Amino acid sequence: MGKFVYLCRENEFTQFYFMKKYILDLVVTQNIKLHANYVLIKLTHANPLPEMLPGQFAEIRIDGSNTTFLRRPISINYVDKATNEVWFLVQLVGDGTRKLATVKQGDIVNLVMPLGNGFTMPQDATKVKPLLVGGGVGTAPMLMLGAELVKMGCEPAFLLGARSSKDLLQLEHFERLGKVYTTTEDGSMGEKGYVTQHSILHTDRFDMIYTCGPKPMMVSVAKYAKAHGIECEVSLENRMACGVGACLCCVENTDEGHLCVCKEGPVFNIKKLLWQI
Amino acid sequence: MADLSVNIGNLKLCNPVMTASGTFGYGKEYEDFVDLEKIGGIIVKGTTLHHREGNPYPRMAETPMGMLNAVGLQNKGVDYFVEHIYPQIKDIHTNMIVNVSGSAVEDYVKTAGIINELDHIPAIELNISCPNVKQGGMAFGVSACGCSEVVKAVRNVYKKTLIVKLSPNVTDITEIARAAEASGADSVSLINTLLGMAVDAEKRRPVLSTITGGMSGAAVKPIALRMVWQVAKAVNIPVIGLGGIMGWKDAVEFMLAGATAIQIGTANFIDPAITVKVSEGINDYLERHGYTSVKDIIGALEV
Repeated sequence: MGKFVYLCRENEFTQFYFMKKYILDLVVTQNIKLHANYVLIKLTHANPLPEMLPGQFAEIRIDGSNTTFLRRPISINYVDKATNEVWFLVQLVGDGTRKLATVKQGDIVNLVMPLGNGFTMPQDATKVKPLLVGGGVGTAPMLMLGAELVKMGCEPAFLLGARSSKDLLQLEHFERLGKVYTTTEDGSMGEKGYVTQHSILHTDRFDMIYTCGPKPMMVSVAKYAKAHGIECEVSLENRMACGVGACLCCVENTDEGHLCVCKEGPVFNIKKLLWQI
Repeated sequence: MADLSVNIGNLKLCNPVMTASGTFGYGKEYEDFVDLEKIGGIIVKGTTLHHREGNPYPRMAETPMGMLNAVGLQNKGVDYFVEHIYPQIKDIHTNMIVNVSGSAVEDYVKTAGIINELDHIPAIELNISCPNVKQGGMAFGVSACGCSEVVKAVRNVYKKTLIVKLSPNVTDITEIARAAEASGADSVSLINTLLGMAVDAEKRRPVLSTITGGMSGAAVKPIALRMVWQVAKAVNIPVIGLGGIMGWKDAVEFMLAGATAIQIGTANFIDPAITVKVSEGINDYLERHGYTSVKDIIGALEV
């Protein structure tokens, strides 16, 4: 990894284990409907929230759904230290997320967090030029990561893709952090096509790529990074149960065999994965 | 405070609450959430003689009030366990029990023999009921003859408390339980997961890589409870009940049906602190009903 260090990594793949995990009852401060398929839920607590790092996630309990048995893993979208709020961007996929999307101000939501390993941060932030690539709801962890990079003195660029302009979320927040490039499949905003077809990838040069989104998109991004010799980290969202590395359901094939996305991930360097790229 | 202690063979449990293998890692995964010493016994992840990578992803499907898994006994083998994991868990002040799995009698025997030498492992749970491994595993657990063969062989080399975990995927579970008892088991635990299946209608494909998998969670409780009731009447060794226990009330029901202790599995995923809440809930129940010891409710079902 050379010029990159881990925020609090002791040795590889044990780094975040010492970050204490909590079961917390948080209070909903806001539930904002971004459009038909997405909500932004902001939560707080009477005490200061635990430290959370970009790329980590929470396992959120879904109350009052007859069909939802397990918690839902949702990545941390942003932490607002000033207001002691944590944000979760939720895409309405099935019964569980639809139920979660109905919470109202003042409701209690039970979370287990922070879970998993975050993104690797650059050692000398002023000297690297990172590109943060997000697709669909995969843009969620990129907001917190971007904010953290800016704090470190970095100038991140964002490449965000979606089906159409209405699916490009939180653009105003991203634009405050750095240059934002967009693609839409229907051409309603930015360049028409997929993120990996964006012209910026041909005209500009980046030192580090972070990506989160649908798997085919991440594979394409990883291919680009590999072909250009750029360090690349991906955030995976394999189907999981426990969230803490106990059940071994969410495994990904790696150079060390099956590793849990919830515990050894969700962020992996592409060199570690056995993807055909 | 009622007396919550129970005995399983020579094993003394501070309370009847244990964790089910494969749902609690090696215990350390949950130490941020619960005081591990307040759990009667922790049954760690299934351990085999050799390293196993387990089944390909996807390994899990959520079902109404339950889930299917097809992990396939992923573990790094018994030698790795002895060298790297045992030193980390040996000083946890509760019963650390190893679940032993295999695909041939010799494998079970060798693995149990190695674990027999570990001072801080007071018991093993012999898994003859894993539905997710092609060869063996459940094969031993579905016939009285297969069960006897493996339990007898392990009994010869394993000197401490031997618990045999039974499969519900049989016609008559009491027959297998009796075979385990006759072959030297100190206790039986039941049920392992029920063989199930999930289909993705849109994709016209099975959800799990292995097509079928083991079902667990709240949905299986009535079946587990029935089997515990049947087995408790059929054998004289202590029965450990598990299958869909989501709270103290479920645990009490299993004990009334004849279980001496219970295990919590899938519920750990929904509430990582459930184990301690269940033992507290059992205590409250006992006090409310005027019992001084949890032993008083074992098999106390009035029929």
